Amino acid sequence: MPDEARGGALALLSAEDRALVERLRAGDERTFLAMVEKSHRTMVRVALGYVSSEAVAEEVVQEAWIGILQGLDKFEGRCPLRAWMFRILVNCAKLRGSREARSVPFSALESENTEGEKRPIESFRPPDDPRWPGHWAQGPDRWADERLADAEALVRVKAEIEKLPPNQRQVITLRDIEDWDSAEVCETLQISEANQRVLLHRARTKVRQALAGWAAEGAP
Amino acid sequence: MSKARPQELACKELVELLTEFLDGALDESSRTQVEQHLVWCPGCTEYLRQFRATIGATRKLSEEDLPQRVRENLLDAFRHWRHGS
Repeated sequence: MPDEARGGALALLSAEDRALVERLRAGDERTFLAMVEKSHRTMVRVALGYVSSEAVAEEVVQEAWIGILQGLDKFEGRCPLRAWMFRILVNCAKLRGSREARSVPFSALESENTEGEKRPIESFRPPDDPRWPGHWAQGPDRWADERLADAEALVRVKAEIEKLPPNQRQVITLRDIEDWDSAEVCETLQISEANQRVLLHRARTKVRQALAGWAAEGAP
Repeated sequence: MSKARPQELACKELVELLTEFLDGALDESSRTQVEQHLVWCPGCTEYLRQFRATIGATRKLSEEDLPQRVRENLLDAFRHWRHGS
C-alpha cells in the first residue's frame, strides 16, 4: 500500500483536507499555488506579530512553507490542515522573534504604533452631563454606501491595518480578512477569547475610524 | 443611586460592546440592553451599520493578488522539495 507508506492515514481529516494533502504529496503544483495564494498574506500578517519588520516576516513565512512541505509526509491529520500549518508558522515566527529580541533594540519593535491616535469625528457627552451622560454629543455622520464599494476604501482599510499594533493586526487578519471563527484564532495565537475580542474590537474601531471622514463625504 | 437609570446603556458604552454583540458573546441581559438601545438611538444604529460595513470592507482584502516573485520563489521551493524527497 503505497499511500500508507507515504505518511499518516489521515483518517481524521475532512475529505477536503485529505484531498489537499494527497495532491500535495503527489507533487501537484496547482494545489500548492492555490494554497500559497490563499494563505501567504495572512501568514505574513500573523508573523508580523512576532518579528520586527515585513521583510523578516516574509522570510519567516518562506521558512514556514518549507517546514510545512518537509512535515507533510509525516503529517497525520490529528488537526485540520490549516491549524497545523499555522502552528508551524507561529513556531517559526516566535523562534525568529526571540532571536531578534536579543539583537534588535526594543524601541524598534514598538516604533510603528507610537503615532498619535486620530481624533474621532464624532464625540460623546461628558460623564457629568446632567441629562445624557455618555450619549452622543455629535453622532456619526451617515456614510455614502457606494463609497465602500470603491477601490479607495480597500486602500484605506489596508493602510490602517498595516499601522495597527501587531497583535491587533493578527486578530483582525484572521477574523475579518480570513473569516476564521473565534475559537480557531484563539487556538492559533494562544490567547484567550476575551483578549482576542478586545484586540479585534480595537482594530475594527480604528479601521472604521480610518473610513469615517472619507465615507461620509457626499452622503445624503 | 448615583445614576438615574442604572440598567440603561450610554452610547459610549454601547459602541464598546459591538464586537461581543456581533459575536453573540454577550450575556442575555447585556444583549437585551444593546437591542433596546438600538431601537431608539439613531446614532448608535448608524454606528453599528458602519461597523458592519467596515467588517465587510476588510473582508475584501482576502481577494488581493500575490506578487509574482513570491509565487515563483515558493514554486521553486515546492519543486525542490518534491525532487529532494
